[in-house]
Amino acid sequence: MSVLIFIDQSDGHVKKSSLEAITYGADIAKQLGIAAEGIVLGTVSDDLTALGKYGISKIHQVNNNALDHVDAQLYAKIIAEAVTLSGAKILVFSHNQTGKAVAARVAARLKAGIVSGACALPDTSNGFVVKKTVFSGKAFANISILSDIKVISLNPNSYQTIAGEGIATIADLNITVAPSRIKVTAINKVSGEIPLTEADIVVSGGRGLKGPENWGILLDLAKELGAATACSRPVGDAHWRPHHEHVGQTGVQVAPNLYIAIGISGAIQHLAGVNRSKVIVVINKDAEAPFFKAADYGIVGDAFEVVPQLTAAIKKMKASV
Amino acid sequence: MKILVCISKTPDTTAKIAFTDGNTKFDEANVQWIINPYDEWYSLVRAIELKEKDAAVSIHLITVGNADSEPIIRKALALGGDEAIRVNSNSNDAYFIATQIASIANEGGYDLIFTGKETIDYNGSSIGGMIAELTDAPFISLATKFELVGTTATITREIDGGEEVADVILPLVVSCQKGVAEQRIPNMRGIMAARTKPLKVVEPTDADTLSSIISFELPPAKAGVKLVAADNVSELVRLLHEEAKAI
Ligand SMILES: Cc1cc2nc3c(=O)[nH]c(=O)nc-3n(C[C@H](O)[C@H](O)[C@H](O)COP(=O)(O)OP(=O)(O)OC[C@H]3O[C@@H](n4cnc5c(N)ncnc54)[C@H](O)[C@@H]3O)c2cc1C
Repeated sequence: MSVLIFIDQSDGHVKKSSLEAITYGADIAKQLGIAAEGIVLGTVSDDLTALGKYGISKIHQVNNNALDHVDAQLYAKIIAEAVTLSGAKILVFSHNQTGKAVAARVAARLKAGIVSGACALPDTSNGFVVKKTVFSGKAFANISILSDIKVISLNPNSYQTIAGEGIATIADLNITVAPSRIKVTAINKVSGEIPLTEADIVVSGGRGLKGPENWGILLDLAKELGAATACSRPVGDAHWRPHHEHVGQTGVQVAPNLYIAIGISGAIQHLAGVNRSKVIVVINKDAEAPFFKAADYGIVGDAFEVVPQLTAAIKKMKASV
Repeated sequence: MKILVCISKTPDTTAKIAFTDGNTKFDEANVQWIINPYDEWYSLVRAIELKEKDAAVSIHLITVGNADSEPIIRKALALGGDEAIRVNSNSNDAYFIATQIASIANEGGYDLIFTGKETIDYNGSSIGGMIAELTDAPFISLATKFELVGTTATITREIDGGEEVADVILPLVVSCQKGVAEQRIPNMRGIMAARTKPLKVVEPTDADTLSSIISFELPPAKAGVKLVAADNVSELVRLLHEEAKAI
């Protein structure tokens, strides 16, 4: 019996969200007194043995470049086979793009119950109950998994990674890979950008910035903080910013350490996508803007004056520490 | 060419989220119900656009829900679609629901199945992938663009830090999100036509329930905002650095 953690990679590098999933899976294993192992698909340039420090003893790898693109059908088949071969009872994913493609599919294949979007360790005192976010972050549900094998996908940025000591052994998994029915013709990565769902800090702009030509002050602040950028829905709809930056109930859901909202009113649908952020800062010229009720810190003021000053003040603070 | 569009009923985005029966049930009092926005704005509208281009396309809608779901499925029919199927069950276990849809899909011989990327109530993102597994079809998740030429779909999907474009030969299951289509408002003609479109009710097939909701919780309330004067931004920086330890 063991916990098997799916280790997601992109361009040969292990994703930060996977480190969270590994730490989480290893903590479940500790709680149950069983082993934690990982599985990685495709070719990886990072040193996988170093992942031992997040609490896994062994990593199964199907080292085949046919798996460098995520094909949910192939992935599900291989991961399900690895679960059977390794005798795993609990399978952990990150609820990132790959997890959303693959986790439920594997669960159906294994006839295993799934909790997707988990945000805490399972309660195993009476059955197997996992807490997850529901209503787009407005509430939590405790879900009991009733099947023998259990699948959990963990919300990104909701579990602290802890690096200790340890080296993992790598075991080649000898599984034949069927030809993919998906023919990838192009990959467009926004280079140099921090993926929104993995960012520690997110700087987000709304209609209060008046137009795309004014985004410079926001981008400067984001650059100074090493932050990802986001926007409200009308800003995405008006094509002031790319679609994938739209956060909220009908956009991306984020949970960074720090979310800075600039010229966003704080409509309930917007809050739903950002209210799991640890610290929220709101800059809005209207003291009555609903966002202030959901904020930790706020400045009532004109973004065009406040934001450049904030960038300068952060620069100054960084220079002094 | 047959398309199956999965439709789910969700509370309106402004609905007050509260629970009853010792926090074991969602409080439905005064809740307005809508079609899950991802199902309506993206998958359904894209299916309708495909039919507008090619009259040989037929669109079936499917929902797993009790009789309360009928206004929602009629509203979806008012936007478009030829007929609807309601599987009479109010299960909220993803495996049970996906098994129902897959069983209809396997019987109906659909070329294309659309789901939304998730529902805005349980946020499971599970049904599409499960249907694909249970019908042995390829699955493209988080699609932001969908084009069809003959039986080859060209789909753009969100991946970590960017997007991927791929060609897939039907049959296929796709989960849709923003970018695939634009929201439409039903017109009077559509609403009238929807009244007479076939809505078939079927009883669920046997399937296992692999999960169950034990209870709900609301997040703890925020302590209240600390306001800093607009001419004193360095104080905000100090608070974020020293107090919140966020920068
Ligand atoms: C079904 C549904 C789903 C939705 N989903 C989403 C979603 O996922 N995400 C989302 O964001 N929205 C969503 N919305 C839209 C949402 O209801 C709001 O309309 C939207 O969030 C408002 O965007 P905003 O705050 O940028 O614009 P506004 O509401 O117009 O707010 C602009 C703010 O900027 C402030 N401002 C103006 N000038 C300045 C200045 N110079 N300096 C500082 N502040 C200034 C104003 O005081 C105001 O508070 C959804 C709506 C519906 C009906």
